Amino acid sequence: MQVEELPITIKTDQTKNVIQIKNLHKTFTDREHEVLRGVNLTIKEGENVVVLGKSGTGKSVLIKCIVGLVAADEGEINVFGKDIHDLPEKELNKMRIKMGFLFQSAALYDSMTVRENLAFPLQRSQKNLSAKEREAMIVEQLHNVGLEAAIDKMPSELSGGMRKRIGLARTLILKPEIMLYDEPTTGLDTITSKEISELILSVQKKNKTTSIIITHDMECAKLTADRVVILKDGVIVAEGTYSSLENSQDEWVRSFFNK
Amino acid sequence: METAIKDLTIADEKIVSKSAIGNYLKEAFKSVGEITIFGGRFFKELFLPPYEFKAFFIQSYKIGNKSLPLVAITGFIMGLVLTLQARPTLAEFGAESWLPGMVALSLIREIAPVITALISAGKIGSGIGAELGSMKVTEQIDAMEVSAINPFKYLVVTRILATTLMIPLLVFFADGVGMFGAFVGVNIHNHVTLIRFFHQAISKIAFIDIIPATIKSVFFGFFIGLIGCYNGYTADNGTESVGKAANTAVVMASLTIFIIDMLAVQIIDLL
Repeated sequence: MQVEELPITIKTDQTKNVIQIKNLHKTFTDREHEVLRGVNLTIKEGENVVVLGKSGTGKSVLIKCIVGLVAADEGEINVFGKDIHDLPEKELNKMRIKMGFLFQSAALYDSMTVRENLAFPLQRSQKNLSAKEREAMIVEQLHNVGLEAAIDKMPSELSGGMRKRIGLARTLILKPEIMLYDEPTTGLDTITSKEISELILSVQKKNKTTSIIITHDMECAKLTADRVVILKDGVIVAEGTYSSLENSQDEWVRSFFNK
Repeated sequence: METAIKDLTIADEKIVSKSAIGNYLKEAFKSVGEITIFGGRFFKELFLPPYEFKAFFIQSYKIGNKSLPLVAITGFIMGLVLTLQARPTLAEFGAESWLPGMVALSLIREIAPVITALISAGKIGSGIGAELGSMKVTEQIDAMEVSAINPFKYLVVTRILATTLMIPLLVFFADGVGMFGAFVGVNIHNHVTLIRFFHQAISKIAFIDIIPATIKSVFFGFFIGLIGCYNGYTADNGTESVGKAANTAVVMASLTIFIIDMLAVQIIDLL
């Protein structure tokens, strides 16, 4: 299947490229399954890109490669003009602070309270902050996600939607320029999913972040996407705006949109 | 024809069992190699800043303080049972007065370090394996990494250091409680004051009895932490792997304790 050349009008050519992925390959140790087979993708500053695809097509692996959690076998990942494979650990960590990652499970530290969850990355990356300033930042982030009341709760006391919001607040506290969302609405009811999607959109508008959103939730994709890319068998097979892909000539592409 | 089929089946079974043993040995050597690399990383990260003092103290408190009741009960029973078992034989030779010294030597040299280490392998080793395994499965370790926090330093180095420090302290505690158990055991049949009992026990103990046992305990602690952390930190995805990490941590650590003990006895014998 050829990549569909569809008009993308959201960002102009003058906008700088924040993420550039060239010919990305990744095979896991069994050597039988090549998850990514030459992914090429460019994401511009302030753009919200939604990645769609069936389970096991390498969507999560793609964003884990971007943040350096998974090492690619071949290809380039340039973030802010630097290939993350070439970065020494110290530089990579500086780069990671500019990237926020919201995990599918929210990945809250279950031995810490909500306050400690938010304070933990802050204490490590901004050591010059006083306890008062840190507390103010924690409260501000919790206010942004509407969960100030949960500050002293343990993750086990929170619902799925609340955990996602706290996970988002923990990520945003470091003021990232890029946000990577791994299935942010999975396992949530329709109303909570919509709330999370709206939160993603408001984060992008407020903080001017560039985002990659991995999702199976078409409502989330419709609400948040400036551009949609579709992965199939480890390669991008279609990209364009939500409405253009929704009305694609290709039946397989249309099937994602329940059409 | 039937005999031929039977012979063929036996031959097949032999091949299968040989290949199973081969695979088992291959996996065992692979694990030893991986643990060695993991241990090497521990020593590398140990000396590089930043140092996680707070996390180290929290782990030391959890590992040490929370194991005290279990070690106390075990130590008391060890001392009591050892005394009750040894008394009739010593009484037969009219050497009952040797009982405190003999029990003290047995406890300090061998029984308290090994039993405390085995108890700790079960409680602490499995706890570390399950905790880190669960953190791996729920992507908490990845979350630390993407927040530019070194999870190896924060989770692994602090735990291995804490077990290395706390297991010898728990062994000292078990020695003390074990001696008290022995005192109770002696007093079931005779009447000996606490001061006299401890005087008799301590008079038979030399530094040469304490130092090798302490060094051995440091190694026990190090390997309980290392094996627990290795199994948890390298757990596969899926909830099943959490249980497997905890289980493997206990089995491997217990086996390692016996191997270290055997080596320690040989080395002490040579000195």
